[in-house]
Amino acid sequence: MSRTQTGHSNNFLMKNLLLLALVVALAVIPLFISKGADFGGADGKAEALISEINPGYTPWFESIWEPPSGEIESLLFAVQAALGAGVIGYCLGYFKGRKKRGD
Amino acid sequence: MKTFKRSSLMIFYLLALFLTIPKPAFAMHIMEGFLPAGWAAFWALATLPFLILGIRSLNKLSSYNPKIKMLLGLVGAFAFVLSALKIPSVTGSCSHPTGVGLGAIMFGPTVMTVLGIIVLLFQALLLAHGGLSTLGANAFSMAVAGPLVAYGIFKGTQKLGAPQWLSVFLGAGLGNLFTYVVTSVQLSLAFPSGTGGVMASFSKFASVFAVTQIPLAVSEGLLTVLVLNLLSTYAREELGQLHFSISPKEARL
Repeated sequence: MSRTQTGHSNNFLMKNLLLLALVVALAVIPLFISKGADFGGADGKAEALISEINPGYTPWFESIWEPPSGEIESLLFAVQAALGAGVIGYCLGYFKGRKKRGD
Repeated sequence: MKTFKRSSLMIFYLLALFLTIPKPAFAMHIMEGFLPAGWAAFWALATLPFLILGIRSLNKLSSYNPKIKMLLGLVGAFAFVLSALKIPSVTGSCSHPTGVGLGAIMFGPTVMTVLGIIVLLFQALLLAHGGLSTLGANAFSMAVAGPLVAYGIFKGTQKLGAPQWLSVFLGAGLGNLFTYVVTSVQLSLAFPSGTGGVMASFSKFASVFAVTQIPLAVSEGLLTVLVLNLLSTYAREELGQLHFSISPKEARL
């Protein structure tokens, strides 16, 4: 690898890491800004709004199945994220490996 | 006495169960049963043509080489991951990105209608997040309107000569934001305020979502730029083959 190429790929890596750092910062900063907030879903608030606007409304359909506990719900969310991340990692790894082989 | 003890224990147990069972959250999507049947049907019908167009363009894509299909898997997985991540926001509540902008920019908006509906189905069936009766409405906001805006902003800003990374950032971010604007419209149409009508309801619902969503829209924009950055380095050839091609050289930040 020539010197310029190394410089270039370092630059590439730095930019990507910077993007990731920004995303992490965007998620962490709120924890300090709104200290003591409950960090519930925006859901509960909208639900409260519905009953405020239309107190008589009752949902006409129930979820067929609900995760029996908060733990199982977070397990399923984690599975969802893990599956997706696995596929993304596989694809990027494949393309990266192919490019390396081709170089 | 014993039975009394047992039954009071039972009541205590049921009460504890009731308190700890998560209440169906409608987080960013509209919760099961929370849209009157007429509106639910209306949004399902509105989504249908986009779904058909999406299935058609997926069929066309399947004639491409297998690597293109791999990219298709990647954009689907991206939406899958991002919609599982509930991220804290400045308002002190949580919401999640949608991840549909990436695929919309690469493959066109209707492909993401199909993939987005798959994500929504998964969450409705297994997580009680969103719902089957509200699937049409949620699909319209996240899998039709969001991708359309992402694609439109991307193409529009490209025409104006913006750098490609900026177009990607704006497309994905605004697509995310617009999804929640549509959700607010859907809710306010179904629940117009008694005093101020639809508009008053809209400003109420939008204020719940909008501020919370802004940092998340930024995050989604940044992550989409990141993934396209990587793809335009490693999968340059495939990106060039896509019908909605972006020039891989310029895509890099």
